[in-house]
Amino acid sequence: MALVEPTPSGPLALPSGGDTSDFKPLGVFARPVDPKRSWRKWLFTVDHKKIGIMYGTAAMFFFLIGGSEALLIRAQLWAPRGKLLSAELYNQVFTMHGTTMVFLVVMPIGAAFANYLMPLQIGARDVAFPRINAFSFWCFLSGGLFLNSSWLFGGGADGGWFMYAPNSGVIFSPGHGIDFWNLGLIITGIASLTGAVNLIVTVLNMRCPGMTLMRMPVFTWMTLVTQFLLLFAIPVLTAAQFLLMFDRLFDANFFNVKNGGNPLLWEHLFWIFGHPEVYLMILPAFGLVSEMLPVFSRKPIFGYPFIVFSGVAIGFMGWGVWAHHMFVSGIGPISVTTFSLTTMFIAVPTGVKILNWTATMWGGKLKFSTPMLFSIGLVTMFTIGGLSGVTHAVAPADTQQTDTYYIVAHFHYVLFGGAFLGFMGGMYFYWPKLFGHMLNETLGKTNFWLMLLGFNLTFGPMHILGLQGMSRRIYTYDAGYGFELWNKVATIGAFTLASSVALFLFNVFYSRAKAKHLPNPGPDPWDARTIEWMIPSPVPEYNYDPIPTVTRVDDFWYRKYAETPDHRLVRTHTIEEVAQTGDSTGVHLPSPSYWPIVLAFGLPIIAYGLIYSLWLCAVGGVVVVAAIYGWALEPPDAPGGDHGEHHEPDAGGELPADADASTSASADEKEVETVG
Amino acid sequence: MADTAVVDHDAGAPHAHIEHDTNTGISNTKLGMWIFLASECLLFGGLITTYLLYKTPISVEQGPAPHQVYDIPFTSVSSFVLLMSSLTMVLAVAAIERGDHHRVRTWLVATALLGATFIAGQIYEFTVFVGEGMGYTTSRSSSAFYTLTGFHGVHVTVGIIMLVSLVLLSMRGKLPEHRSETVETVGLYWHFVDVVWIVIFAVVYLIP
Repeated sequence: MALVEPTPSGPLALPSGGDTSDFKPLGVFARPVDPKRSWRKWLFTVDHKKIGIMYGTAAMFFFLIGGSEALLIRAQLWAPRGKLLSAELYNQVFTMHGTTMVFLVVMPIGAAFANYLMPLQIGARDVAFPRINAFSFWCFLSGGLFLNSSWLFGGGADGGWFMYAPNSGVIFSPGHGIDFWNLGLIITGIASLTGAVNLIVTVLNMRCPGMTLMRMPVFTWMTLVTQFLLLFAIPVLTAAQFLLMFDRLFDANFFNVKNGGNPLLWEHLFWIFGHPEVYLMILPAFGLVSEMLPVFSRKPIFGYPFIVFSGVAIGFMGWGVWAHHMFVSGIGPISVTTFSLTTMFIAVPTGVKILNWTATMWGGKLKFSTPMLFSIGLVTMFTIGGLSGVTHAVAPADTQQTDTYYIVAHFHYVLFGGAFLGFMGGMYFYWPKLFGHMLNETLGKTNFWLMLLGFNLTFGPMHILGLQGMSRRIYTYDAGYGFELWNKVATIGAFTLASSVALFLFNVFYSRAKAKHLPNPGPDPWDARTIEWMIPSPVPEYNYDPIPTVTRVDDFWYRKYAETPDHRLVRTHTIEEVAQTGDSTGVHLPSPSYWPIVLAFGLPIIAYGLIYSLWLCAVGGVVVVAAIYGWALEPPDAPGGDHGEHHEPDAGGELPADADASTSASADEKEVETVG
Repeated sequence: MADTAVVDHDAGAPHAHIEHDTNTGISNTKLGMWIFLASECLLFGGLITTYLLYKTPISVEQGPAPHQVYDIPFTSVSSFVLLMSSLTMVLAVAAIERGDHHRVRTWLVATALLGATFIAGQIYEFTVFVGEGMGYTTSRSSSAFYTLTGFHGVHVTVGIIMLVSLVLLSMRGKLPEHRSETVETVGLYWHFVDVVWIVIFAVVYLIP
C-alpha cells in the first residue's frame, strides 16, 4: 500500500500517497485531548448517546419556552376582550409557539430518541458519521437560539407558523421577526438534513450481524421512514424559505403580488414540506409505542410486517395529501376531490397501526406501568385526533372548519395526544437505560393522569369552540357568542397541563436524588424484548462488547424465553446469563472534535449578517470555512487518542484482525467508514 | 477471518460478511453522498418549478423576459464545457484507482478549470443580461431565473473548491489511492451538478 512516486516533475507531480499514519491534524487547534472535565466532555463529544441526551435536554428547554407562550395565549383568551396581550404581540406569540413546538420540540425529541436508541437497536457502536451527528445537534441548537433571539431584537415572527404569503412580505410585516424565522429554520433545516443523511446511512449500513431489515425493531424502522421524509421534505421548505428571504432582504418578486408573485406558490411549497412534516413528527412516537406495548403486554407486536409496512406506506402516501391544507384557497374542484380521496386513504395505514396495537394488547398480560399508560394514552388520543382529521378530508366540512379552533383541536390531539404522549412514555421507559435509575412510578402515574386530564380539558373544548365558529389566531373575542365557558375550561386545562409538566421535571430531579440510595435497576428492568436491553444501564460508551448476532425479531426476548410445544413461554435464561458484561478492551471509538460546534455556531453569525450588516456575513463565512477545512483535514479518529478506557486501537472487537499483511490497511479502511 | 477477539455465545455465529465494511457493501461516505444528492433533487425541483411558474413577466413594462435575452449558442458552448468536465472527472477517478497520482492532479485541475470556465461564462452572461435591462429585481421572471441559475452556480463553485482542495491534498501526499473514494465521492457531487445543469439548460433555455 505504500506508494512511491518515482519521478516527480513539475509542481503537480510532488510525491503523494503513503501510509495513513502520515495523517496529522492540520487544523489551527489540536483535537480536544482532555474530555475528562465534564463540560468539555459534552461540548466536543461525538458520542451518539451524549448527543441524544443533549437533543432531549435542548428540546425540553424549548418546550418550556413554547409552553410559556401557550400559557400566554390561554391567559389572553380566558375572558372576552382580554387585555394581557396586544393584537401584535398575540400574533408573535402564537407564531413562535407553533414554530417552537414543531421545529424545536417535537422534531428534536424524535431526533433525541433516534440518536440514542437507533444505533443501540441495530447493534452499532455509533452512527455512520459521528462528527456530522454532533454538528446536527449544535446546528439545531444554534438555529433554535437564533430564532428565539428575535424576541430580543424587536419581536418574533408574526405570520403564523406556516407564514403565508403575501402576509409574510415586508409590507405587512416590516420588522425582522420573519427574517429570524426564515434564517433560523434554514439553519435547523441544515441540522435535520445532515441528521437524516447520517441516520439513514447508519440504518442501511451499520446493522450488526443477522440484523436484516425485517428483524429491525419497529422504532428503528420508523426512524428510517422519518429520516427519509426529512431528507425529501426539508429541501422543499429550504427552497421556499430562500425565495421568501430573497423577497424580504433583496427585493425579489416571488411573492410580491404587484409584480405577479403568486401566494399559492408558497402554500404549495410549504405544504409539500408541511404534510410529510406532520408524519415525520408522529412516526417516531408510533415507533416508541410499538416498542412499549409488546413489553407491557408480554406479547410480540401483532403483525410486525404490517406495522412496518403501514409505516412505510404512511411515508409514501404522506407526499400525496398536502393540498388538503388548501381546500379554501381556490385550487379547483378536481384538485379538491383528488386530495380529499388521498387524505381519506392515508387513514387506512394509520388505522392498521391502531388495530395492530390493540391486537397486541388483546389477550396479553397487561401491566399498567407509566410507559404503558402513556402508550395507551397515545393510542386513544391519537385515534380521536385521527378521526377529526378524517372529517377534514371531507372538503365541504373542511371549508367550514378551516381556520377555526376545530383545526387547532385536531392537530393538538395528534401532535400532543399522539407524538408528545408517546415521547413521555418513551422517556419513562428508557430513563433507566439512559441514566441508570428509574423514574418514580407513583409520580409517573400521577403525571400521566394529570397530563391526560389537562390535555383533554385544553383541547377537547376547542372542537366545540371551532364548530361554534371561533376563529383561530384572533387575539380576542366578544361576549355573547357562547365562547366564554369553553375558553375558560381550555385555559384551566392548559394550566393543569403545565402543572403535569412541572411534575415531570420534579420527578426527574426527585428520582435522581433518590437513586443514590437505590441499587442499579440492571440492564433489563422491564423484562423487555429488543437487544438494547442486554447491555448495562446506563449504556457504556462503547455500547456493545462483543457486537451481538441477531437471529430473529425480538432477539433478546428469545435469549431469555423459549416456547414449549403447547405455545407457553418458559424462562430459560436469567438476565445475568444473557446480559453483556464485556469491557471496552480494544474498542476503538471515534474521537471528540472541536469543529462541529464551531461550524454550527458560524451559521447564525452569517444569518445575523444577512439581517443587519453584510460585514458580519464575512466574519461568519470565515468561521464556517475555517471549520469546514479544520474538519476535513482532521482524521475522524486519533490513533491511540483519548477514547475508551483502553487505548489499544484495532485489536479485535469491532475490527476483525486479518492474519495477512494487509492488517493495517483493512483496519485503516474500516476507520474511514466513520468519517464524519 | 475468524474473529478471535470475540468470545461469547456470539462466537460461533457466522461472520461471512464481516470483512465487508458495511451491510450494503457501499461505504458510508459514498452512500451518504448519494442520499444527500437525492435530497438536492428536491431543492432544485422546487426552484425549477418556481421558474416554470414565473417564466414570463406579468407585463411588458417589467423589462425583458429571460427568453428574450438568452444567447443560446453561447450557453450551449458553456454547457458543453461543463459536460466535458464530467469526462475529466471520470478520468481523475480512474487515475487514482490506478494509483497514478500525477494524472489524478492533472485531471482534477482540468475539471476545476472547465468548471471555472463555466462559472466565468455564467458571470459574463449575467452581466450582459443586466446590461440589457434584466436585473434581479426587475420582474418575477428575472428573480426566478437568477435564483435558479445562481443556486446552480454556487453548487458548481463549491465543487470547484472541493476539487482544488483535493489537488492541494494530493500535492501534500495526503491523498493515497486507498482514499480514492474521497475523489470518487467528490466526483459523484460533480456529476450531479452537471446532470442538474442538463435539466436546467433544457427546461430554462431550450423549451420556449
